[in-house]
Amino acid sequence: MSVEKTYAEINAKIKSGKAVVVTAEELIALVEEKGLSKAAQEVDVVTTGTFAPMCSSGAFLSLGHTTPRMKMQKVWLNGVSAYTGIAAVDAYIGATEMHEDDPLNSHYPGEFRYGGGHVIQDLVARKPVKLKALGYGTDCYPRRNLETTITLDEINEAILFNPRNCYQNYNCAVNLTDRTIYTYMGMIKPHLGNANFSTSGQLSPLLKDPHFNTIGVGTKIFLGGGIGYVAWNGTQHFPSMMNVEGKGQRSSAGGTLALTGDLKQMSPRWLVGTSYLGYGATLSVGIGIPIPILNEEIARYAALKDEELYAPIVDYGEAYPSFTPGNLGYVSYAELKSGKIKVNGKEVLTAPLSSMPRAREIASTLKGWIQKGDFQLTEPVKTLPSPTDGFIAHSIKEA
Amino acid sequence: MSPKRIVLRFGTDISVKPIVYRLVKDYDLVVNIVKADVNPQKEGTMILEVTGDQSEEGLNYLRDIGVSVQALNQEIVRNEDKCVMCGMCTGICPTGALYMERPSMEVRFDGDQCVFCQLCVKVCPMKAMEVCL
Repeated sequence: MSVEKTYAEINAKIKSGKAVVVTAEELIALVEEKGLSKAAQEVDVVTTGTFAPMCSSGAFLSLGHTTPRMKMQKVWLNGVSAYTGIAAVDAYIGATEMHEDDPLNSHYPGEFRYGGGHVIQDLVARKPVKLKALGYGTDCYPRRNLETTITLDEINEAILFNPRNCYQNYNCAVNLTDRTIYTYMGMIKPHLGNANFSTSGQLSPLLKDPHFNTIGVGTKIFLGGGIGYVAWNGTQHFPSMMNVEGKGQRSSAGGTLALTGDLKQMSPRWLVGTSYLGYGATLSVGIGIPIPILNEEIARYAALKDEELYAPIVDYGEAYPSFTPGNLGYVSYAELKSGKIKVNGKEVLTAPLSSMPRAREIASTLKGWIQKGDFQLTEPVKTLPSPTDGFIAHSIKEA
Repeated sequence: MSPKRIVLRFGTDISVKPIVYRLVKDYDLVVNIVKADVNPQKEGTMILEVTGDQSEEGLNYLRDIGVSVQALNQEIVRNEDKCVMCGMCTGICPTGALYMERPSMEVRFDGDQCVFCQLCVKVCPMKAMEVCL
C-alpha cells in the first residue's frame, strides 16, 4: 500500500520528537537497502543542502534616521555603493557591486577583492562598517552629508533578499578556444584544459524536488545559517525537464528561488564574500531545504542519485558569450564528481565551484534542527511554476 | 636520503652566476630543477630538489652570495578559516598538491607537491591560499 502523509501529521511527529529525518544522501542509501516503498513509509523528512556563489543576492538595510534628518540619495558601505532609490534611509546592498575604487578588469584579469558580498559578510560578522551618505536636501530632510560607522545590531532592519538563488541545475563549463578565460565559472584553461561545474548534485535542493511538489512560496528553509523563507520563484526560473541526449534520461534544467530572511540571525560561515578572478565579486550562500515525504513519488525524486542527474557541457570560450544555443553533450554528476569527464573524446579534469562538504554540513544541521523539534515544516501558500507550466526564456530584441 | 625542496630568490647580479654548477661541483649535490625563472637583468626564482651530504653547506654558500633560500612547503599556506572546500583550486593546480578526497570531496593540500606557481593564490574565490613570507 502506498504511503500518504500530510504536513500536519509530519509536524506532529516533529513536535513529539518522533519524526524520522534523513539527509538526501542518507535517503539514497536507505532506498538501496530497503527499497523505495519501505523508505517512503519510514522517512518523514529529507534534508538537502547547497553552498555556492549566488550572484543575485543582497540585503535591504534600514539604517535609521540622523539628526537632523536626511534623505540618503547616495550610500556607500565600506566604499561599496548601495542602491537608494527607495525610502529615505533604506538601501539595498547587492552582492556583485564593487568597491568604488576597484580597478575592475583594467588590469586583466582583475582580482575583484571587495564587493557587496564582502560587505554583507562583514556586517553579519558584526564588524563595524563605514557608512557614507549624500543627500540633496529637502524641507523635511535637510541634511546633505554623513560619514560614520554602523554595525548590524545598531541598524533597524537588515533583510537578506536574494532574487535568484539555489539554481536547480547548471552548466559544466569548458573552453574550446586557445586562450585562458576568466568567467563566473572560474578560470578555464584553453583547449579543454579543465571543466568546472556547480550545484551539489544529489544533495542539491531543487534537483530533489524537480516538479516543485513541496517547495513553494512560504517554505521555511536554512538560509545563511539562520531561518529563511522562499519568497517567490527566482528570476530566470525556467523549470523545464531537458532530454539528456544519448542517455535516454530526463533531467531538471533551471528552476530558481527568491529567498528572504532576517540577516541579523545569520552567520558569516554561511554568507561568504567571494571573488572570481577576471569576473567579479559575489556572495556564497548556504541553503538547506527540507522535503516532506508526503508520498512515494516525492521520495523517488528525493532519492535521485548523482548517476541519474545530468548537467549540459557548454563552451564558455565561444558559444556561451555569443549566445549560441546547443551544448557539447551531457555528463552525470557522478562523472563530474569523479574528477574526470570525456569531452569531444578528450579526458578533462573537473572541479566544483560548489562545496560538497559544506552542502553536507547544511543538510545535517537542518536535520538536527528538525529532529530537536525546533523546526516545523511549512506547507507552501502558493506553488511555484513547474516544468509543465512551459516557462521559456526571452532575450532582448534590438531594433 | 630524501631531497630538500627549496625556493631560491635572487637579484640580477646572481642571475648571471652559475649557481647550480657550484652546488654540483663544489658540494657534490644531486640537483633537480623543478621550476626556474631566470632572465638576465631580472630577478630570478628557482625551485630545486637537492640531495647530498653537504646540502646544508651548499645552501649556506647560496645564502652567503645573497640568495634568499626558503623551504618550499613554508611558502604557500591554506587559511583553514577562509577555505570553504569548494574545490575550484583542484582543477587548476598543476601538480595535484591541491586535490580532493573522494567520496567526501574534501580539499587537501600537500605542501610537498607544491611548486609555488601561486595560481591558487590568484584563483581562490575566498582568498584562502596565502603566500607565507
